[in-house]
Amino acid sequence: MAIIGNSKYEERINHHIAKYETKRSAVMPLLYIAQEEYGWVNQDGINEVAQLLNLDPTQVKSIAGFYTMYSEKPKGVYWLQVCTDLPCALQGADDFHAWLKEELGVEEGGTSADGMFTVEHVMCLAACDKAPMLQCNFRYVEDLDQNKMRELLAKWRAEAAASMNGRSAE
Amino acid sequence: MHILLRGRDIDNIKQLAVYEKHDGFAGMKKALAMTPAEVIDVVKASGLRGRGGAGFPTGVKWSFIPQHEPVKFVTINADESETGTFKDREIMEENPYQLIEGSLICAYAIQAKAVYIYLRGEFWDIGDQLDECIEALREKGFVGKNIMGSGYDCEVYTHLGAGAYICGEESALLNSLEGYLGQPRVRPPFPAQKGGGLYKEATVVNNVETLANVPYIMSEGADAFKAIGTEQSAGNKIYCVSGHVKRSGNYELPMGTTFRELLYDHAGGPLYEDRPFKAMLPSGGSGPIVPLTDEVLDTPMSYEDCANIGTIIGSASIIVMDETVDMTWVASKVTKFFKHESCGKCTPCREGTYWLDKVIDRILDGRGSPDDVKRIADVAENMAGTTLCALGDFAANPIIHTIRHFPDDFAQHVQS
Repeated sequence: MAIIGNSKYEERINHHIAKYETKRSAVMPLLYIAQEEYGWVNQDGINEVAQLLNLDPTQVKSIAGFYTMYSEKPKGVYWLQVCTDLPCALQGADDFHAWLKEELGVEEGGTSADGMFTVEHVMCLAACDKAPMLQCNFRYVEDLDQNKMRELLAKWRAEAAASMNGRSAE
Repeated sequence: MHILLRGRDIDNIKQLAVYEKHDGFAGMKKALAMTPAEVIDVVKASGLRGRGGAGFPTGVKWSFIPQHEPVKFVTINADESETGTFKDREIMEENPYQLIEGSLICAYAIQAKAVYIYLRGEFWDIGDQLDECIEALREKGFVGKNIMGSGYDCEVYTHLGAGAYICGEESALLNSLEGYLGQPRVRPPFPAQKGGGLYKEATVVNNVETLANVPYIMSEGADAFKAIGTEQSAGNKIYCVSGHVKRSGNYELPMGTTFRELLYDHAGGPLYEDRPFKAMLPSGGSGPIVPLTDEVLDTPMSYEDCANIGTIIGSASIIVMDETVDMTWVASKVTKFFKHESCGKCTPCREGTYWLDKVIDRILDGRGSPDDVKRIADVAENMAGTTLCALGDFAANPIIHTIRHFPDDFAQHVQS
C-alpha cells in the first residue's frame, strides 16, 4: 500500500500539484488521497505526502491535525458525524445523537464493538433545513428520525457484510 | 423572480446548454466587449454588496486591485460554515454555471490569472460537479486560453477545505489555500494589495452568492439590479431560515422585505401553533440575537435597517427560536461552536471561548452564581475587538446580547 507509484492516484496527484503556484498548496488534496488509501491519515501517508511536496513530515502532520476531516486514528467502516449545532439542535439533534450512541453502544468519538460504526458530533454542515442529519463517510444523510436511522444501520451492516463475503470468496 | 436560485424555475439549468439557452454567458460576452475598468464601474453602479456577511461594496473591492500588478487572483469563498447558512450550497448544486460566469467576469475585471474556488471539505461532490462544469467550459473555449476569442486567459480551479470554520475568514482562507494552517493574517497588507493576497499577489476574495449576482448585473444592467431592494441594499438576497418555523429553507427575496413577511408568509410562521416566536439570530451564530417583537418583525431586512434594531443581516442565516427555548442554552450552544472553531492564534479568543464555555456549563448545571453571569459578560466584552479576525467578536456576541435581551433566562439558573 502506498500512494507514491500507485497508478490509481498518479493522475490525481499530478493534477493537484500542477494546479497551484506552489507545491505546498497541494498538501490538503494529497492528504485526502492518503486518507483514501490508508483509511486514516497515518504516518506512512504523512511521509509520502511530505516526500511528494518537498515538505517536512512535521509540517504535513500539523496540517492534518488542524482540520477535522482528516482522521488521525482508524475509524469504523462507517464514520457517522452528527450535526448538533444550534439549528439542528432546535429540531432534536441532541436527543438523536444521544440515542444513536446508545443504540450502537458507543461513547462520543468511539467505535462500535464490531468495528462497524464510529459516532461523533460535528459543527454546522450547512443542511440546517433538513435536521436531524449526519454525514456518513462524508456523504450527507438528511431528514432523519430513529426509524429511518435503524433502517439505514441495518442496510449499512448488510452492505459491509456482503463486501466482506465478496472479499473472502476471491 | 429568482436571480440566483434559478434552478427552481428552469429545469436542468445545471447543464451548460440549458444555462446558455437562458441567457447564460450573455453577461460575460458583454463584459469582454468592455474594458476591465468599465466592468468595475457597472458593478459599482449596481450597488451590489458582499453577501458573505460584511456587506462591503463589491465594485469598490474590485477597484482596490492595482492594475499595474502583473499577477492577480480571484478566490471564491465557498467555505459556507456559518451556523444556519446553506444558501451557497443550493447555488452551486443547482445553478453552478452562474457562479463560474460571475467569477470569470470578476477575473476579467481585475485581469486575474486564475480563479480558485475554496469549498468546505464536506462539499466534495459539489467540487466534482464544478470540476465537470469547468471542463465543459474549457472545451467551449470559455475557460483557459483566449476566452471567447477575447485574448484574455484565465484558469478556474476548485480546492477543498477540510472542516474548519475559520477558513471562511478571507486571510485564513488564503493561508489554507497556500498549504499553511488556516489562521488569519496580520493586516495590512490586505488581500487586495501586493503582499497580502494569494501567493502574496493582489487578490479579490468574494462570496459565492455575491459573484452569482454578477452575470445578471452585466446582462441586464446596473439600473435593473439597483431597482430591486432598498437604496443602500440593492438586489435580491437568499435568506436561509431554520429552527422553529413550519417551512425552513432558502428564500430568495428582495432586500428590504420585512422579517414578518419572510417568517410568516414564506416560512409559514411558528412550527407549533401554541408556541409563539421568542427570538432570532439573523446572521447565524455570529450576529447579535434579537427578541422577535412586533418592531423587529416589521423591520426591513437590509443592511441599514438591521443596524437600527441592533443587529446585522450579515449572511442572512436566520435561526428562529420559540418561547420554549432557554437563551442560556443558546449562549452555550453558540459558545461551544466558537470554542471548537477558534483557530488558537489569538489568546483572547482561544482562552476566552474556553473560559466562557466552562462558566456557562456551570451556570446551566445549577452550580453558578449571579457573579458568574457578570463574569461571562466581562470576559466577552474583553474579547471583542482584541483579535486578528472577527471570530473573537463573533464569539463575544452571543454572550453579550443574550444577557442584554434575556436576563431572566440567566437569572433562573443562578437563584440560590
